[in-house]
Amino acid sequence: MLSLKQRRSLNTLLMGVLAWGVALAIFFPIFWMLLTSFKTEIDAFATPPQLFFSPTLENYTLVNERSDYLHFAWNSVVVSFGSTIIGMMLAVPAAYSMAFFETKRTKGTLLWMLSTKMLPPVGVLVPIYLIFKDTGLLDTKTGLVIIYTLINLPIMIWMAYTYFKEIPKEVLEAARMDGSTLFQEIWRVLLPMSKGGLAATVLLSLILSWNEAFWSLNLTASEAAPLTALIASYSSPEGLFWAKLSAVSTLACAPILIFGWISQKQLVRGLSFGAVK
Amino acid sequence: MKTTTLNAGPASSAAEPKQDSRQGGKRKTSRINRFMVSPSVLVLALWMVIPLSMTIYFSVIRYNLLYPADNEFVGLENFQFFVTDFGFMAGMSNTLLLVGAVLLITVVLGVLISLLVNQAFWGRGIVRILLISPFFIMPTVNALIWKNLLLHPVSGVFAAIWKFFGATPIDWFSEFPLFSIIMIVSWQWLPFAILLLMTALQSLDQEQQEAARLDGAGPWALFFHLTLPHLARPIAVVVMIETIFLLSIFAEIFTTTGGGPGYETTNLAYLIYSQALLQFDVGLASAGGLIAVVLANIAAFFLVRLIGKSLTEKQ
Repeated sequence: MLSLKQRRSLNTLLMGVLAWGVALAIFFPIFWMLLTSFKTEIDAFATPPQLFFSPTLENYTLVNERSDYLHFAWNSVVVSFGSTIIGMMLAVPAAYSMAFFETKRTKGTLLWMLSTKMLPPVGVLVPIYLIFKDTGLLDTKTGLVIIYTLINLPIMIWMAYTYFKEIPKEVLEAARMDGSTLFQEIWRVLLPMSKGGLAATVLLSLILSWNEAFWSLNLTASEAAPLTALIASYSSPEGLFWAKLSAVSTLACAPILIFGWISQKQLVRGLSFGAVK
Repeated sequence: MKTTTLNAGPASSAAEPKQDSRQGGKRKTSRINRFMVSPSVLVLALWMVIPLSMTIYFSVIRYNLLYPADNEFVGLENFQFFVTDFGFMAGMSNTLLLVGAVLLITVVLGVLISLLVNQAFWGRGIVRILLISPFFIMPTVNALIWKNLLLHPVSGVFAAIWKFFGATPIDWFSEFPLFSIIMIVSWQWLPFAILLLMTALQSLDQEQQEAARLDGAGPWALFFHLTLPHLARPIAVVVMIETIFLLSIFAEIFTTTGGGPGYETTNLAYLIYSQALLQFDVGLASAGGLIAVVLANIAAFFLVRLIGKSLTEKQ
């Protein structure tokens, strides 16, 4: 007969094993992608799928030669960092003023900003496509930066707002009393105090724009296409391509996966517009 | 869109900063303050107003990019064509099935898994990381990895598992195309539910749970009377945010099935895309786009109210 304590610890052990099982099952596709990227194309297509094989790095070298990986990766970097930097320059002042100088309209403004995020992209696909065509923005990085800034701005403002709200007003007022200018107040007091939260905001914006795949597929062709579009081009394959697909996918996902792991706890706020903390 | 904000309720003006004698200073800061929100408000307003009014305009004229000169006013004809088109019913029902099934799968599994991970066990940090990873995989990668490496009827992992148990492997994308899309999308969005619910569970009152347990409440009673009510709001948030994103699922369909076979995996978003950029019928696509906007707004209406409420509670 097990004592209550023993039964409890057995229970915890079983729960732990079950949790590990579920986690490994959910992670499996990513693990399998990583594994396949080190196979030869023959091994990748083998039946039944091979768990043990002699690994090769040739897919990674081939990927860059054949599909000009770096060109697409550079586009992804420019577009996601560009939209994040511009977005933060708009979002931080907006969140600052709404968090510390609340007016009657603040709440309505915040909710209105949130509601712009709910506009389904297909609802405005046609006009955006035509505007881009007429202004020469089609298939340019500038065009994507504009779109990504706009679609992520509400989330960035919300996230920064909830972090600023946690800073006591008195701290900023004290800085103002000491004769700080507005710029000094933001730069020397506000930003250092909300470093962690703003870093998470930046990461979330990078993740969302890096992975965005509606506008990038519809508005770019070859010149400005980011990685999401490069990988979509693998959907019409010629010959054996699984190992190369896996290699290019691994390269495209690894940096953002690491960003996600780092910021997982803070992301909840941005992803739920502050409704879950 | 604008109607959603009307019910936000009166903003609390109680939180005004303490007034000292510097009236002039206050007026100056409030001017600076307005200046600092306005760039964001301006760009977002332009982003809403210009394309949306163009969509409305296009939806009532005849406008095909192949015959750009012929643009007469046709009233609601585009809507009529769009709604009576064979693809529309398929698109609507596929959209609803996709959204409904993914919501069901992600919320039910999300609750179970987040409860499981909420216990203390060895390696919990790593388990968390493994669980949320799919959310950070880009949709095109997700779709192609699943289609080729996992669901392929000959060399896929699933086929191997089926064979191992002596069953005939399934050709997922031709036999159950919509279900395959549902699987792929659920895999991507399950981590979102887990992430939010896990966070919400951490604020569950442990002492209350312990007290109820000492009073003889069983695990089911605990779950239904304490845990589930505590999770009600986060679940509502998950449902509404997912609904808004799931209504616009596009890349997963674009890279795997292209809406086919037939219309079997065409959702509203894909239907509008194909009318606009494959058949160049701007008028028809705009009418469809407006229908999508209305649908999304139904979900948005509830979400905005809920979030507005949580905004008031905090202050």
